Amino acid sequence: MRNRLDIWKTYKLYINGKFPRTESGRYSKWTSPDKSVIINVCRGSRKDFRNAIVAARKSFDGWSNLSAFNRGQILYRIGEMLEGRRDQFINELMIQGSTNKEAEQELKQSIDRLIYYAGWTDKFQQIFSRVNPVSMPYFNFTVPEATGIVAVIAPENSSLLGLISVVAPAIAGGNVCVVLASSSKPLCSITWAEVLHSSDVPAGVVNIITGIKNELLKHFSSHMDVNAVVYCGDKMKEIRTIEKMSSLNVKRAVIYQNTDWNPDTSQGPYYILDTQEIKTTWHPIGI
Amino acid sequence: MSKKTRKLSFDTDWKFSPALENTEYIDIKKRYGLFINGKFIPSKGKKFFDTINPANEDKIAEITDANSSDVSLAVQSARSAYEKVWSKMNPSERGKYIFRIARLIQERAREFAVIESLDGGKPIRESKQVDIPLASAHFFYYAGWADKLNYAFPGRSAHSLGVAGQIIPWNFPLLMAAWKIAPALATGNTVVLKPAETTPLTALKLAEIIQEADVPPGVVNIVTGGGATGRAIVKHPDIDKIAFTGSTEVGKYIMDVIAGSGKKYTLELGGKAANIIFEDAAINQAVEGIVDSIFFNQGHVCCAGSRLYVQESIAQEVIRKLKDRMETLVIGNPLDKNTDIGAINSKMQLEKICSYVDLGKSEGGAIHQSSCSLPEKGYWYPPTLFTDVSQSHRVVQEEIFGPVLAVQTFRTVDEVISKANNTPYGLSGGVWTEKGSKLFQVSKEIRAGVIWANSFNKFDPGSPFGGYKESGMGREGGVEGLYSYVGLD
Repeated sequence: MRNRLDIWKTYKLYINGKFPRTESGRYSKWTSPDKSVIINVCRGSRKDFRNAIVAARKSFDGWSNLSAFNRGQILYRIGEMLEGRRDQFINELMIQGSTNKEAEQELKQSIDRLIYYAGWTDKFQQIFSRVNPVSMPYFNFTVPEATGIVAVIAPENSSLLGLISVVAPAIAGGNVCVVLASSSKPLCSITWAEVLHSSDVPAGVVNIITGIKNELLKHFSSHMDVNAVVYCGDKMKEIRTIEKMSSLNVKRAVIYQNTDWNPDTSQGPYYILDTQEIKTTWHPIGI
Repeated sequence: MSKKTRKLSFDTDWKFSPALENTEYIDIKKRYGLFINGKFIPSKGKKFFDTINPANEDKIAEITDANSSDVSLAVQSARSAYEKVWSKMNPSERGKYIFRIARLIQERAREFAVIESLDGGKPIRESKQVDIPLASAHFFYYAGWADKLNYAFPGRSAHSLGVAGQIIPWNFPLLMAAWKIAPALATGNTVVLKPAETTPLTALKLAEIIQEADVPPGVVNIVTGGGATGRAIVKHPDIDKIAFTGSTEVGKYIMDVIAGSGKKYTLELGGKAANIIFEDAAINQAVEGIVDSIFFNQGHVCCAGSRLYVQESIAQEVIRKLKDRMETLVIGNPLDKNTDIGAINSKMQLEKICSYVDLGKSEGGAIHQSSCSLPEKGYWYPPTLFTDVSQSHRVVQEEIFGPVLAVQTFRTVDEVISKANNTPYGLSGGVWTEKGSKLFQVSKEIRAGVIWANSFNKFDPGSPFGGYKESGMGREGGVEGLYSYVGLD
């Protein structure tokens, strides 16, 4: 009996709830550290990024106006779906160079982090909202609100846990994201998109692009319809580019430098607050 | 369409007699040095500029133009005070110094109010009732936070940043100094503050109070000057945090210059706020609100409601009543207690306003101005509104920073929300309706940091202020104002 021939997976982009190839038609050859796997990764372009921004902007109203409870349900669902595909992710993390133990640990922590933020969606507002005792007869209250589109430069070395650690707080807070995945470990970021796709996350809320950081960094930080840019990494030249380009439309530049995403101290409502705006409303009191 | 309503009656046979504030006992020196390390000292550069009274163009005093070595000296003194004294001080003692500043401002409130109106042109009624009491209240509010910071950041602990470089505008000179200095000191930082070129006097008087209060030398340094002095602060390598209030253009420049430096920053920038009047609003109150929104402080307000949106069914009535009300506004000597609208802050600002109004006319807008007479000397501009303008007009899109209102109409809630948000700015917004559910809906959908519902231009130290989008980042006031001056562990 002949051996069955494997079906290889095509790794594509995730934009607007679909899995297109890059419009550029370009690719980068990616070889696993042990040379056993070679794939063609989409080399995403500026146009792919701009398409993702259009999709993200369209999805923002719906996602940010969803009830906080409902957003929590959807984040929890992402955790459920990830749990159900443990073997696939452990396999991919190992192809990317993790040991079995490391892969197991990263996956467990990734699922737990999703569940953690699922629980925050309807609580961080209660931590960071206030009623302010102003000196005039006014009712005055302050609440956090999603800032809008968050462009995320995901961590290079923590391709699943790191990615989830920055995307989960952003979407938990009602933002929508366009993510540049780790270029040295691109596999599980795209596979995570399949998890999102089967978790009732509306199209456009999370968009994931693979490509070359040097090419895309300036587009991620200069686009005029991006409200915040989250950068995970420690390259001073990249941080400078991000901060400089952010000046074009006063983007919120959030820099996570040298963060180890593994411990529980690398999570918390302050990560949600990093991509929130603060709104204060006044109303007179009287008859 | 419009309901039959009676015209607002402001007619009276009574005429206002002059009611001038006495300036005799106000103590202003002929020349001011820089306030560095607890003393007024001369600049190494020996350059000066005049600060003038915009209501009569008279010179008030000579002000030192600080150069970059003066700024360096100020930063050194702030650094040394930070490391040796202020960051090590028991927080409750730190708070007591700030309480002292608040009390001393209260004691000298009248003097400060008069100087504020002399130097900046704002009506004495506003200096007395708004600027000075709020400045004092701001110090009082943050003084109390100094030893309670552990309660402000649940689950985390806060540490101070170091030396803060602070640059403030000319529209609320003392109040902006208070907004910057009070939270910075309460959280354990020391500061180098640059007041605006045209309105340095109350900041220098505040320096006197800081001396009187025995605040340790170097904790607060005040350097006067123009753009070059500001640039020296922004670029100084030993400053840990920049806090800026001013134009979006300069805010973007600051972000660009300090990119990659590791400096933290908060920016409070321009605005072009929508003030939305629905047909179910209390119309007479709304008309007063429109006046507050655009003519308060001659419209020199970053959060001014400079775009008015009136629902079509009431537009005729609202505009007629607004025009009637504009006729009654008293324009003149800022030191007169009856004055509603004072002098434009500077010649440069007056020219900017004039050029925008010319632009509005040339783009086809219909202009209406109060028929008031303007004094001959000084810088003045009458209350002005444009109708027949649309979203693409520059007087609708760009910040004028003067008493110039652009009026548009709308039919539906969705339409007005999309128009209100169609701007790169997002500082503030106004909503007028007697229907609570609509008010909450619209307040939520306006992308701006401060929403005044059935009100406009209200401020309080406990109420966070600051913008979305290109109106800046970070908040001043309230608990949120503390975040701007701490790092969290």
